[in-house]
Amino acid sequence: MSLAKITSLTGRGVFVPGNDIDTDRIIPARFMKCVTFDGLGEFLFHDVRKDPATGQTTDHPLNDARFKGATILLSGANFGCGSSREHAPQAIQKYGFKAVVAEGFAEIFFGNCTTLGIPCAVASREDIARIAAAIGQNPQTEIVVDVAKQEIRFGGQTVKAAVRDSARDALVNGRWDAIGELLEGAAAVKSTAAKLPYLAA
Amino acid sequence: MPKSLFEKVWDAHAVRTLANGQTQLLIGTHLIHEVTSPQAFGMMRDLGLKVAMPHRTFATVDHIVPTDQLVEPYSDPLAQAMMDELRKNCRDFGITFFDRATGKQGIVHIVGPEQGITQPGTTIACGDSHTSTHGAFGAIAFGIGTTQIRDVLATQTMALGRLKVRRINVTGKLRPGVYAKDVILHIIRVLGVNGGTGFAYEYGGEVFDRMTMEERMTVCNMSIEGGARAGYVNPDETTFAYLKGRPYSPKGAAWEAAVAQWKAVASDAGCHYDDVVNIAAADIAPTVTWGINPGQGIAINETIPDPAKATAVDEKASIEEALAYMKLKPGAPIKGTKIDVAFVGSCTNGRLSDFQEVAKFVQGKKVAKGVKAIAVPGSQIVALQCEKLGLDKILSEAGFEWRAAGCSMCLAMNPDKLVGDQLCASSSNRNFKGRQGSPTGRTILMSPLMVAAAAVTGTVADAREVFAVNNN
Ligand code: SF4
Repeated sequence: MSLAKITSLTGRGVFVPGNDIDTDRIIPARFMKCVTFDGLGEFLFHDVRKDPATGQTTDHPLNDARFKGATILLSGANFGCGSSREHAPQAIQKYGFKAVVAEGFAEIFFGNCTTLGIPCAVASREDIARIAAAIGQNPQTEIVVDVAKQEIRFGGQTVKAAVRDSARDALVNGRWDAIGELLEGAAAVKSTAAKLPYLAA
Repeated sequence: MPKSLFEKVWDAHAVRTLANGQTQLLIGTHLIHEVTSPQAFGMMRDLGLKVAMPHRTFATVDHIVPTDQLVEPYSDPLAQAMMDELRKNCRDFGITFFDRATGKQGIVHIVGPEQGITQPGTTIACGDSHTSTHGAFGAIAFGIGTTQIRDVLATQTMALGRLKVRRINVTGKLRPGVYAKDVILHIIRVLGVNGGTGFAYEYGGEVFDRMTMEERMTVCNMSIEGGARAGYVNPDETTFAYLKGRPYSPKGAAWEAAVAQWKAVASDAGCHYDDVVNIAAADIAPTVTWGINPGQGIAINETIPDPAKATAVDEKASIEEALAYMKLKPGAPIKGTKIDVAFVGSCTNGRLSDFQEVAKFVQGKKVAKGVKAIAVPGSQIVALQCEKLGLDKILSEAGFEWRAAGCSMCLAMNPDKLVGDQLCASSSNRNFKGRQGSPTGRTILMSPLMVAAAAVTGTVADAREVFAVNNN
């Protein structure tokens, strides 16, 4: 299985402010009744994009026409906390996002994103605010999330954006989906299992 | 070199180091359910892969099952479709499925221990974040995403970076009316919802030594709410006594051998921990949440935080956001807040002892007028145990609806949902916005006994006062 080498992504951005944005906010559980992930994108951030009381569209950034077509999602601290369900990163990907930049990520969410080939880059609050300000002024601002160099370039500025070593290596070298490598280990798996009494039987 | 249980289990299951530096980790037991597995089986079919160890893979159905409808087809066609899909996948790939007809169906984190599938020194994965529950047995148990479910199905392994270990000691004696749920809500309050990032939590100290397995499960269950990827308690005689005689527990000579191994897998005295946190049991009070994440908790007698008094940078905004959503007043007591719904159940608190405790105190009392109270056993076996003891009758007489096993009102994937901005006193584990099915629904997490107190008073109440509790 050959996978794309994700070294850098270029696109327009949208800033969804807030800390601790959890997976239920990203995709409310009632939309997870599905046997495939297709079509999940449509429900991304559903309950904050539509006023639950009136059913009207809210002023959520994703509803703002100026940011339509953005492929880089920016947010606050502890993004993606909550559930291990892959529906959240899938919804983000199916909506059209290619990378997420935040002050920090919840562990499982981070892993799930990496496995789908979505880089999660950690930037400082100040830097995220700067990028947000730039796209607020000009939504057409081109943003480059450089995974390999661990930096983000936009409007002539460059800021640091850390991508954890294991994830960066996986993305840059096209190994973000582990299945091929895991399958290659079959013989070693057998011998490890043979040493464990509860599996040997 | 003395080693922690985490290190021992990790080392025994580490297959090899992958190119990116992560470990290919052998997963001894794989638990699956209907919500997160169908897409993984889809990927398996697309890639033409077989399940590596079908005999180490076990399935149940929990999230979508209606708790008031036993006959299929379910009124929700999507729920029925997910049920059918799981049945088909288990059949096609040769996996044991604890379907409703087996009498063993239930929430995946209740079924595993109940069947004796969850054992010390093993690695467990399940496509559900509360898989940390199984750590109560001294297993290292991970919640995983769907692509990883595919990896485990296809290879019985997954790629993972090694975790650090934080030892959390709870010393002394819990005060009367303080339960395992309060212990974990307190821990998360102290360490924060992401305090556990990168860690496995090892719980220990006198309080854990004394806890039953069901109590240990309640604590380990919510490790993930504190950001820890896994949480565990070292196996001891309590663990072995619980496992003895269960359907999948080792039998005869194999039992003795297993107990010897389980004893050896516990953390060695003097082993290294990356961090140690000490908590005094006496400092823990019955705890309830007031906000929109499980770390936003206070003791029942405290007042709701005031954003004006916030000290940390983000605290003010997050308190304001939470209070606006929860429609609570800063500085006011949480006690006395009117509730609409009371829910006893979930993988946190849907076991026999939870219903016993509630039944003991609500016997002869009535759920307050206007409050909808539901009691949902976590598994068919729990339901049967309760019914044999007549707990269902006690609860029904008090005004609780007694339901069939499932996740029910813990989340919004079956018909049990909050309506509008209803406020729910809930024994579950998440109080996120919209978690219980209404985008404006509100959740206050608490122990089952505190839910019972809320149910009979119609308000958030101190169970110690309502029931004159003296459990020690
Ligand atoms: S009871 Fe709630 S937390 Fe537990 S598995 Fe079911 S939905 Fe998840």
